[in-house]
Amino acid sequence: MSPLLRVEGLWKLYHGNPVLRGIDLDVNAHEVVCLIGASGSGKSTLLRCVNLLETADDGAIFLEGEEITDVRADPDRVRRGIGMVFQAYNLFPHMTVLENVTLAPVRVHGRPRAEAAELGRELLARFGLLDKAGEYPDRLSGGQQQRVAIVRALAVRPRLMLLDEVTSALDPELVLEVLGVIRELKESGMTMILATHEMGFARDIADTVCFLDGGVLLEKGTPEQIFTDPREPRTREFLRRVLDARRL
Amino acid sequence: MSTTTAVWEKSERQRERERLRRRAAVRSGSIATVSTVVFVVIAAWAIVNSPGWPRVKETFFSGEAFAMSFPEVLAGFWKNVQIFVIAELLILPLGLLVAVVRGLKTPVFFPLRALAVAYTDIFRGTPTLLVVYLIGFGLPALNLKGVPSDPMVLAVIALTLSYGAYVAEVFRAGIDTVHPSQRAAARSLGLGHLQTMRFVVLPQAVRRVAPPLLNDFVSLQKDTAMASVIGVIEALRQAQIDAGKMFNYTPYLVAALLFVALTVPMARLTDYLAARATRRRGPGGGV
Ligand SMILES: Nc1ncnc2c1ncn2[C@@H]1O[C@H](COP(=O)(O)OP(=O)(O)O)[C@@H](O)[C@H]1O
Ligand SMILES: [Mg+2]
Repeated sequence: MSPLLRVEGLWKLYHGNPVLRGIDLDVNAHEVVCLIGASGSGKSTLLRCVNLLETADDGAIFLEGEEITDVRADPDRVRRGIGMVFQAYNLFPHMTVLENVTLAPVRVHGRPRAEAAELGRELLARFGLLDKAGEYPDRLSGGQQQRVAIVRALAVRPRLMLLDEVTSALDPELVLEVLGVIRELKESGMTMILATHEMGFARDIADTVCFLDGGVLLEKGTPEQIFTDPREPRTREFLRRVLDARRL
Repeated sequence: MSTTTAVWEKSERQRERERLRRRAAVRSGSIATVSTVVFVVIAAWAIVNSPGWPRVKETFFSGEAFAMSFPEVLAGFWKNVQIFVIAELLILPLGLLVAVVRGLKTPVFFPLRALAVAYTDIFRGTPTLLVVYLIGFGLPALNLKGVPSDPMVLAVIALTLSYGAYVAEVFRAGIDTVHPSQRAAARSLGLGHLQTMRFVVLPQAVRRVAPPLLNDFVSLQKDTAMASVIGVIEALRQAQIDAGKMFNYTPYLVAALLFVALTVPMARLTDYLAARATRRRGPGGGV
């Protein structure tokens, strides 16, 4: 079976500085891949490249066998199949929760407004947010905002979800409610790539864990293998530092 | 140790505090009143007792001249209002269009973008009065078919071109204040550049620039008086005519009062919107 997403020798440079150095990564349908690595190791950049928010400087990305980094590919069409959730939620502050959720289904996918609203309500209900449908984002807690952002990305029925440190801006007691949502997505069979600092969660939910170091995908394996028996000394060092920080 | 009780009874300390606060409020209130009265009395006394006052009173504050010129100047002022309203309705879309065109990144749009830049540079740099002269006398002199010759229409065109450039810059500044992450979020949902502009960036930008826009419109209301130089008999021109006939400047005062009556509500609305925007940015007010 060919992978849902294939990243092949991907390079990205900012002002001549390489930030991604030849990344190779396959993601199968229904697989959950966690990207771990120090701040600045290139996790966000990799996700942004997959969503074509950044242009790759070399290499190629394939979604369901089709090269999306092809210069003739239409980025807007590619992004319709991919949902992305950001660390800072990035909800649209001038729209209600329901308007945030139905914007893309109505404007991009041409769904009738009533149908989109119904689907939106269904999704909001599924994640316990139905009573917030008419609220503006600034009236919601961080955890609620992030759950809305996830619902907004889901509303276009993506084949692949990219989640970039979606719990990093949240207070500890709000992290759990968002992680619960992600767990539910996994159970529903969603293919996901998530950059995360929550090692316990990564270990729990990931099928595959990738360790990024200075723009290189240094090590890749099952959570078991990466967290208990990392091959690379750099991975071991990173995990030790994270666990030490946790203990403080 | 104090015990916790559910009922709060104001402490003596708090009551004393509130007494002092009330007293201070009363004192500053009376100081403001007294100083205002004193100031007005002194200013009025100084003016009325100045050597030139009898003549000024006669030439600027003549009740008779006021009553005679008021209907005519008011009729002229109606033209100012018309010019203002029509120009405003044209300026908003023009400014928005120019601002959006300047943000287009695709190379195909280079000529349009260059045109937008040239337009703002030229019309922002040229004094509005000069634009009014050039359009008012230049356009009809071309003798082209279909070019309007009505000075009212020419005044609207000139003011629209001049103010459109300012308003485009205001919109552009507003667009720049919308954080790039908002665009990224919109694009990640599959919205195209123009859809992102229309549904995500512009609604936020327009809200933020409403106060400075209104400010520009207050100044546009006054600048409609420039239509007088190309032959529109509006309030200022009518006042000039009446003043000449009566050998009295009171008609100018009539015109001034009419302009103030129109701009003051606009200025208060601007203050209100600006204050509301500040409140929204404040703590608990969200972004
Ligand atoms: N727009 C940008 N311009 C310049 N440098 C950038 C930009 N975005 C990211 N970088 C740099 O790329 C590197 C990787 O960043 P990022 O992908 O955000 O890392 P991570 O998400 O793993 O913390 C960092 O050194 C960062 O400073
Ligand atoms: Mg990051």
